[in-house]
Amino acid sequence: MSNALVDLIIIGAGPAGMSAALEAASYGLDVVVLDEQGQPGGQIYRNIDRADAQTSQVLGPDYLHGLQLVEAFHASGVRYLAQVAVWQVTEERRVHFILDGQARVLQGRQLLIATGALERPMPIPGWTLPGVMTAGAGQILLKSAALLPRHPVVLAGCGPLLYLLAVQYLRAGVAIAALVDTSERGAVFKHLRELKAALAGWRDLLKGVSLLLALKRAGVLHFHAARHLRVTGEECADGLSFEADGKPGHIPAPLILLHQGVVPNTHITRSLRVEHEWNEQQLCWAVRRDEFGESSLPGIFIAGDVGAIGGAAVAQTQGRIAALAIAQRLEKLDRSRFLRVVKPWIEALRTQQAARPLIDAMYRPDVLNRVPANETIVCRCEEVSAGAIRGYVDAGCLGPNQTKAFGRCGMGPCQGRLCGLSVTEIIAEHRRVSPTQVGSYRIRPPLKPITLAQLAAERELDLSLSPTPSRTPS
Amino acid sequence: MKQSQPSNKTDALVIGGGLVGMSIAYGLALLGRKVTVLDEGDDAFRAARGNFGLLWVQGKGYGNAAYASWTREAVALWPRLDALLREDTGIDVHLRQPGGLQLCLSEAEMADESGRLAWLREALDGDYPYELWDPAELKARVPGIGPQVVGACFSPMDGHVNPLKLLRALHAACQKRGVTLDGGVRVEGIDEHAGGFDVRAGDRRWSADQLVLAAGLGNRPLGAMLGMTVPVRPNRGQILVTERLRPFLDYPTTYVRQTDEGTVQLGDSLEDAGFDDRTSSEVLAAIAARGVQCFPHLADVQMVRAWGALRVLSADGFPIYEAAHHSPGAFVVSCHSGVTLAAAHALRLAPWIAGVVEEPAIEPFNLARFNCAVEVPYAH
Amino acid sequence: MPTEPLFQRLQQAPHTVRIIFEGRPLTVSADVSVAAALLAHDVGHTRESAVNGRPGAAYCMMGVCFECLVEIDGRPNCQGCLIGIQDGMRVRRQRGAREAFTGAISEGRGDE
Repeated sequence: MSNALVDLIIIGAGPAGMSAALEAASYGLDVVVLDEQGQPGGQIYRNIDRADAQTSQVLGPDYLHGLQLVEAFHASGVRYLAQVAVWQVTEERRVHFILDGQARVLQGRQLLIATGALERPMPIPGWTLPGVMTAGAGQILLKSAALLPRHPVVLAGCGPLLYLLAVQYLRAGVAIAALVDTSERGAVFKHLRELKAALAGWRDLLKGVSLLLALKRAGVLHFHAARHLRVTGEECADGLSFEADGKPGHIPAPLILLHQGVVPNTHITRSLRVEHEWNEQQLCWAVRRDEFGESSLPGIFIAGDVGAIGGAAVAQTQGRIAALAIAQRLEKLDRSRFLRVVKPWIEALRTQQAARPLIDAMYRPDVLNRVPANETIVCRCEEVSAGAIRGYVDAGCLGPNQTKAFGRCGMGPCQGRLCGLSVTEIIAEHRRVSPTQVGSYRIRPPLKPITLAQLAAERELDLSLSPTPSRTPS
Repeated sequence: MKQSQPSNKTDALVIGGGLVGMSIAYGLALLGRKVTVLDEGDDAFRAARGNFGLLWVQGKGYGNAAYASWTREAVALWPRLDALLREDTGIDVHLRQPGGLQLCLSEAEMADESGRLAWLREALDGDYPYELWDPAELKARVPGIGPQVVGACFSPMDGHVNPLKLLRALHAACQKRGVTLDGGVRVEGIDEHAGGFDVRAGDRRWSADQLVLAAGLGNRPLGAMLGMTVPVRPNRGQILVTERLRPFLDYPTTYVRQTDEGTVQLGDSLEDAGFDDRTSSEVLAAIAARGVQCFPHLADVQMVRAWGALRVLSADGFPIYEAAHHSPGAFVVSCHSGVTLAAAHALRLAPWIAGVVEEPAIEPFNLARFNCAVEVPYAH
Repeated sequence: MPTEPLFQRLQQAPHTVRIIFEGRPLTVSADVSVAAALLAHDVGHTRESAVNGRPGAAYCMMGVCFECLVEIDGRPNCQGCLIGIQDGMRVRRQRGAREAFTGAISEGRGDE
């Protein structure tokens, strides 16, 4: 054994991770937060503690809301290790990572995974051309590098994040060539069943509505129910062609930002083989957890978007709830006090989650943009097309691990992060079975690349050396 | 591939769609037999997906000349299998037989290995080519070899292939030759009768004159359904795979092999871990350290994948080729070198199973040899 | 290939540094990632696929897609979106598979 043992390891420093760290620390737990980024905030509050006035004004009030949380996190003195690449997490809660170019291991009595979400893949023809990025990438460039599109930009896909980015760009004076929306006009009225339940989350709904109004007022060219999206260009993107309201369209642009929602980043949870289940409402895998966030493995908790998409407020509350459960598990508070303290947060969570089913229904990504035609590349790392995968199914493959063996999809550098959902859905559709029956890639360490020299020299993290939180760029 | 209809009687039913099962199915199909293969689901253990890709002869069968010969002949047959697969499917499995190297990191290791090879040469009446290379020879022929490699055993018999492309090619070739593949099947019961065998899984049924158990570790429970004790147990091997590199290593070696895609595989381990195919950082670190000793320039190369797989190890480490005496028409086949032996399985074992040829070479590999219940240490 | 950058700054960068991209000196913002720094210049693609040479460039900017792989100071296959820019950095496109011998290791080449 070693000295590298702490009460709680938290992986991820977004709203869920930070909130959990603060709560756990308040009960006297010894916490270490491991973050891949250079400073806390996750993706949503990226670079927030260095955002200048102009960028903040562009990004809007929801972004600034994160500042309080990040400042509290900095002030808390919780041990925070930045620019950490976690490459292995074990059932026994040993976390293996690379820090400052060296391989280290840390053991936690309890573990919280708060790795958030990633953009849903949007495999349309031409999506691999330089000049095509995600809306999330656009936001990251804005937040972390104050970069804006230089030419009129095309935004394509669906979902509140796409509209938010459009409004942020408008505030910054960026020309939007077009918003090519794959959802339908007036989508809210087609989902009245979900609307009633969603009214408890009326603030969230209003936000979405106000974004759309802002776009309308600004006269942004907005196509609805767009289908057959295709990025045009030879060596790089030069525009987007599509069909909307039955009419073909093409918008020339060198930069095309795609978005059709975010999905849980289950790479670590998959490597642990905790139970997941297919969420048909969100069209992705969700991590099975109890009401306090514990996964199917004892001592391993989940909070925030990594478990199922819920947004920043939900993530913050789930982080708090998980931390309370962990504190109780480590006997920092007894069971009856725990139940008393956690109750209002569980109730708050319900309100915060109220609008989610409606949002999911309104912005359900079109199957054509999830299960593409044969020629479209699905695995970008290994250049495997949807047609090739269908061919492997015809040759007898039942699921993604067999197609991986046959065609290398999922074997490249990203190890299936980007293609996983697409491959599962393509196989399910071709076999005419549910995604549950198809399953997902077996994810194995290393979760991030590690050199052989680093691996050979791995040792326990020496906690007595106080880590310098490097304020490196994001 | 087409799926079988209920109450289809077929000539041969092969349980197991890995390298062993598919090689045999292919061989039977080449003889014009009607074959159905039953295979488990996407997340099965599948030793076929976890191997190094070596076509390896040197060192094998130390203490067992019959196995040494069988291996030698299997590898010599490989070009024929490659040609057949290419003709039937167009798939290139990247068969390369430039000779292979057992790299030695200590004088003791060198003495050990060369001693085994000397024994094998004698046991095979001198028909066993190999050379012992010193550091100077290594340096000349293997760019980048590290100073800690004290020597190597080279054999022109050795080579390598892309094992995943091989699996895919066997699937495609079987499909072309009319083999039926039923996936997602976990066999629950086997009944034998005068006319052959009935196999059931859930409410699905299959019937055949002949039955081949080629399900790797699954052969133990399957054999039990026919009253046979099949002493196979899992032995875990871990492998580490790097990012793609420009080609630098032509010879396959037992520790390090560069694939046709440019990735470098490093391995391996021999662990008694039960049915646990996970990796462990201690073992991976040891594999990495050894790889860097062999090729120091690999120190700054990134590992991007690692996996563990369960070898199908018999009680004495040698293959099992059994024609069940009490259940005529039933066969048990298992080994831990499904790649090396693939050609022999397709082109010699399958004809033996089909009854068109005698095969005295495989008699030593029957189940009866295990009655003396002595397990000898595993020989690579 | 575009002759202009895809992105520009919201306002002037408070600090800049100099790097070299494919032998070309560039002035870039300090305090940004390598991938972001390159997007503010007209670099076009930043990698070529090891499978078929397809030109690629940063896609997700958050360390998930590995499209932003570049060679930094002789080290191949670095995720440009996760590494901060440093003054004097030498950045090159990741053209296919990396070299087996990069020269970054100076010991134990077996012939020295």
